[in-house]
Amino acid sequence: MDNMTWVAIVSIFTAGITIGIGAIGPALGEGRAVAQALSSIAQQPDETNTITRNLYIGLAMIESTAIYCLVISMIILFANPFWNYVTQQ
Amino acid sequence: MDIMTLEDISPDAVIIWQWGFVKVNATLAFTWGLMALLTIGSWLVTRRLSPEPGFSRWQNLLEIVVEFMRQQIREVSQQDPDRYLPFIGTLFVFILVSNILTVAPLYVPPTASLSTTAAFAICVFVAVPLYGIMNQGVRGYLKRYVEPTVFMLPFHVMGEFSRTLALAVRLFGNIMSGNKIAAILLAVIPLIFPVFMHLLGLLTGVIQAYIFAILALVYIASGTRAHGGKEPETRR
Repeated sequence: MDNMTWVAIVSIFTAGITIGIGAIGPALGEGRAVAQALSSIAQQPDETNTITRNLYIGLAMIESTAIYCLVISMIILFANPFWNYVTQQ
Repeated sequence: MDIMTLEDISPDAVIIWQWGFVKVNATLAFTWGLMALLTIGSWLVTRRLSPEPGFSRWQNLLEIVVEFMRQQIREVSQQDPDRYLPFIGTLFVFILVSNILTVAPLYVPPTASLSTTAAFAICVFVAVPLYGIMNQGVRGYLKRYVEPTVFMLPFHVMGEFSRTLALAVRLFGNIMSGNKIAAILLAVIPLIFPVFMHLLGLLTGVIQAYIFAILALVYIASGTRAHGGKEPETRR
């Protein structure tokens, strides 16, 4: 196999692995956060607004790790610098 | 959606008009369009304000939006909302309208470009020390960086930069991925299913606008709050 095929194989495989692993961790974290927030709302329904807002902020923080992985895999798929280098040769 | 090819991950690559080395790409064009829309729209609404019942429905909408933002700012920052309303409100309204207009054909949200979101994040990065210095002076603000000990200084500075990066990449990633997934689905299964992804994208866009504004507010409020000093009174 020549270099071009290897770059293609490694890029696509890495993109899949990146988004796969990058989805697992934040999903577990968000699940824990939502479960905790729901039980807090069940205990203190009066504080629903504050809990929901803080939940959103926390979810945004957790989610950004997944977003990093998504951006990386998008770059690998659509704007891969190695692929451009190999195809220009 | 049609003006971007599948390979472009940001509307920066779409050149609409070019004269020499001066290029106007889709991000710039749509940002200007949005600015004009928001300016003319709010000018039209605020031209004839009336306190009596029976005012126009547009005034009603604007009042709801402004009152919602004021209440959120008051609850989160525990301070007078009017100081932060211009900055936070502008960010919120711009990102919200930019994300909602995705339903229009041929429109690409400027927030799907890393340049736009980085510009917003840099605005927040500059606004935090500005508001902090306005509130408690240069000394009081700079004391935050050496708060427990001097050794925390590099970590505070690193935190400032990393949260700015996170703000920019979060908004960009969310909007860009929504666009990209809708485009890919349109190419693969062009029937019904892309509509649901579009709806999901709309929901994400609204939540992201809210989150961006709230996070900017939280950073600014944490910069203005004096350490161990007076707690500002809470008003509900």
